Amino acid sequence: MQSIPDIYFDYASTAPIHHEVIEATHTLLPQFYANPDSLHTLGYQVGDLMRISREKIASLLHVMPQMVIFTGSATEANNMAIKGAAFKNQHKGKHCITTKIEHSSVLNTFKQLQEYFGFEVDYLDVDAFGVLSYDQLKQSLRKDTILVSIMAINNEIGTIADIEQIKKIVKSSSSAILHVDFVQMLGKYPIDLNRIDLATFSAHKIGGLKGSGLLIRNTQVELMPLISGGQQEYSLRGGTSNTLANITFAKALRIALEKMVSEFSRIKEINDYLRSELTLIPQLDILTPQSGSAYILAFSYPSIPSEIMMNALSQRKIYVSAHSTCTSQSAYSHVHLAIGLKEHAANGVIRLSFGDQTTMNQAHRFIEVFKEIVKNGY
Amino acid sequence: MDIKADICVVRFAELSTKGKNKKDFVRLLRKNINEAMRSFDGVKVVGSFDRIYVYLNGADDVLVLARLQQIFGISTISLAVKVEQDIEQMKDVAVALMKREPKSSFKVITRRADKTFGLVTDQINRALGTAILMNTEHVVDVHNPEIKVLVEVRPGEVYITVNTVQGAHGFPVGIQGKAMLLISGGIDSPVAGYLSNKRGIEVECVHFQSPPYTSQAALSKVMDLTRKMTAGQSEIRMHIVNFTDLQLQINHFIPESYRITIMRRMMIRIAQGLANNRKCKALITGECVGQVASQTLDSIQVISAVADLPILRPLVMFDKNDIIAIAEKIGTYDISIRPYEDCCTVFTPINPVTRPTLHKAEFYEKSFDFSPYVVECIEKAETVFVKYNEKRAEDTLF
Repeated sequence: MQSIPDIYFDYASTAPIHHEVIEATHTLLPQFYANPDSLHTLGYQVGDLMRISREKIASLLHVMPQMVIFTGSATEANNMAIKGAAFKNQHKGKHCITTKIEHSSVLNTFKQLQEYFGFEVDYLDVDAFGVLSYDQLKQSLRKDTILVSIMAINNEIGTIADIEQIKKIVKSSSSAILHVDFVQMLGKYPIDLNRIDLATFSAHKIGGLKGSGLLIRNTQVELMPLISGGQQEYSLRGGTSNTLANITFAKALRIALEKMVSEFSRIKEINDYLRSELTLIPQLDILTPQSGSAYILAFSYPSIPSEIMMNALSQRKIYVSAHSTCTSQSAYSHVHLAIGLKEHAANGVIRLSFGDQTTMNQAHRFIEVFKEIVKNGY
Repeated sequence: MDIKADICVVRFAELSTKGKNKKDFVRLLRKNINEAMRSFDGVKVVGSFDRIYVYLNGADDVLVLARLQQIFGISTISLAVKVEQDIEQMKDVAVALMKREPKSSFKVITRRADKTFGLVTDQINRALGTAILMNTEHVVDVHNPEIKVLVEVRPGEVYITVNTVQGAHGFPVGIQGKAMLLISGGIDSPVAGYLSNKRGIEVECVHFQSPPYTSQAALSKVMDLTRKMTAGQSEIRMHIVNFTDLQLQINHFIPESYRITIMRRMMIRIAQGLANNRKCKALITGECVGQVASQTLDSIQVISAVADLPILRPLVMFDKNDIIAIAEKIGTYDISIRPYEDCCTVFTPINPVTRPTLHKAEFYEKSFDFSPYVVECIEKAETVFVKYNEKRAEDTLF
């Protein structure tokens, strides 16, 4: 019997590792094991590779190499940005602004700041499409606002924030630090880091290794280190560097950016097809706005709870998520509640997300299988 | 009308020389351009008496233009379209090129090298200017135009361009022959090398290392600096001198305050030995008056005394900030400031003499016969070649 190939529609959780990155690890792991901060030749060689990687990443993102900070994940980068900036700047004020649909690594960090450190945090509302009110943002800015953190693309429903507009508002009417989580945008849409103080990225969403994030920091912005230790990463993150992840990040990024334009039109076509087919299914509600990311398609189908739908798809070798994998253990997604989904609808949400190995044939097969599940109820 | 500017018209810099000198200039510039263009498939270089034409043949115009801008001996480069000596064709092309530009002010400037062409300069200017005015939104400004439409009427052909960029100026590298550059890991010596290249001097480099007192990292830094310099001179011969034994003898026999002075004298002797072997006509250093103890006028005098070859010091009167500005421009600054000990700093005495005298320097040097060590340094120098854009093993990791 011919085995059915896997259909992986969960790129927003993580992407398959690019084969060129895997090849690089085959060279790096056995040969370049030394500590990059050791002063001997082996150490220097590894340190030199990390330096080259940092310079290449900087050049690809149009920033200076000294702005690139390697972290262990985007979650860590978000923590470093938010807590680091808040602690360092609390003498200027203790008010921060974010939105209700941020990633858990942002929301829970702000909750910590509120609960344990006496910060005041405004959580901006969003409409049914996840779009925030720019007027509300403007009105929320105060003299003592020290930090604004807003994600570029929502990881659960794919809403794209107008970063240019946010930049303009924050920079013209306050002196707050602007932090943007770009994780779902990297390698998918052009990114302009000009006038953004802190920016978060992740390697494993673009074909790099897990355990690998980036914080791009405008060097004018001071942070309090969360992990105190040696001189690694400008003394902002102690601990022996994860050289394998840090060195291969440059390659993953280069490849992702090189094929960004051609991939976009390909993925957009697949997304459009899926959207048009799914729209025809009664009671099914597409949550990702038309203007949302081409790489994410979230919908709610209340008749079949997410968990059952995922199991049914999984049995047929189709792999999807319900909402963010980082909050997958909680009952309802804060994002789905924030866009006004009623409980029964929020219970039936499925997120499809795409990347370089996604094909139109897979999309056809998905629709076929999905209709079958809808018809049978499992 | 589908028109693509696919020829770079290269104009010569500083061509005040005439006759045979001019021929050498053009021949060498053509050779250097040919070498630089080797990495672009299909590109063809054709020379004439007062222009060089680089035919893109499908190569990326932005990359070719950027590479040409690094070649010394070029004043300006225009991305041009070649047409026949036909005023209608000329008008069409000028209009088509200008249609792609955002609304600007312009002026048509014609140079008529071929005086047999039926129209005079002014008539050509008017004809093309009128055609552009009628068919595009641009406006004329003869005083401060944003776009200069250059028209060059040459025997049998006309070149039209709206996009002219500055070249690197100076003289073609090699026209003055060779000189030996003493390169450390610092900010100054690569800048000295760059400025020498610009005046047409081909450089070979000599670097002094003292393992284990200097690290592999320090040497890599020098190699990276030299690699940056290959933008102007696409291949550089590097001599690596193992200086440790000689350095230890200096430390043993020379009083502390004179060690730097004597060390510099030894380096000059070795560099000169290598220079003579390699038919270099001068030494080049990144020295600058007054920067450090070994670069006071007294020191320069005492150190120069051992040289028979002229020592060129392109930076001798520069302020540090001006040197840094050039280093940043040529991309060596960020490499130079990487924090590794180089040869000069490890053996630095606490109180070096700032006013050495030749008499004392010669007296101290008599305390030991250093010459066999100098000879050994010259003979055992290791030679490596550094080439522009050379592929390296670790490139596959990125």
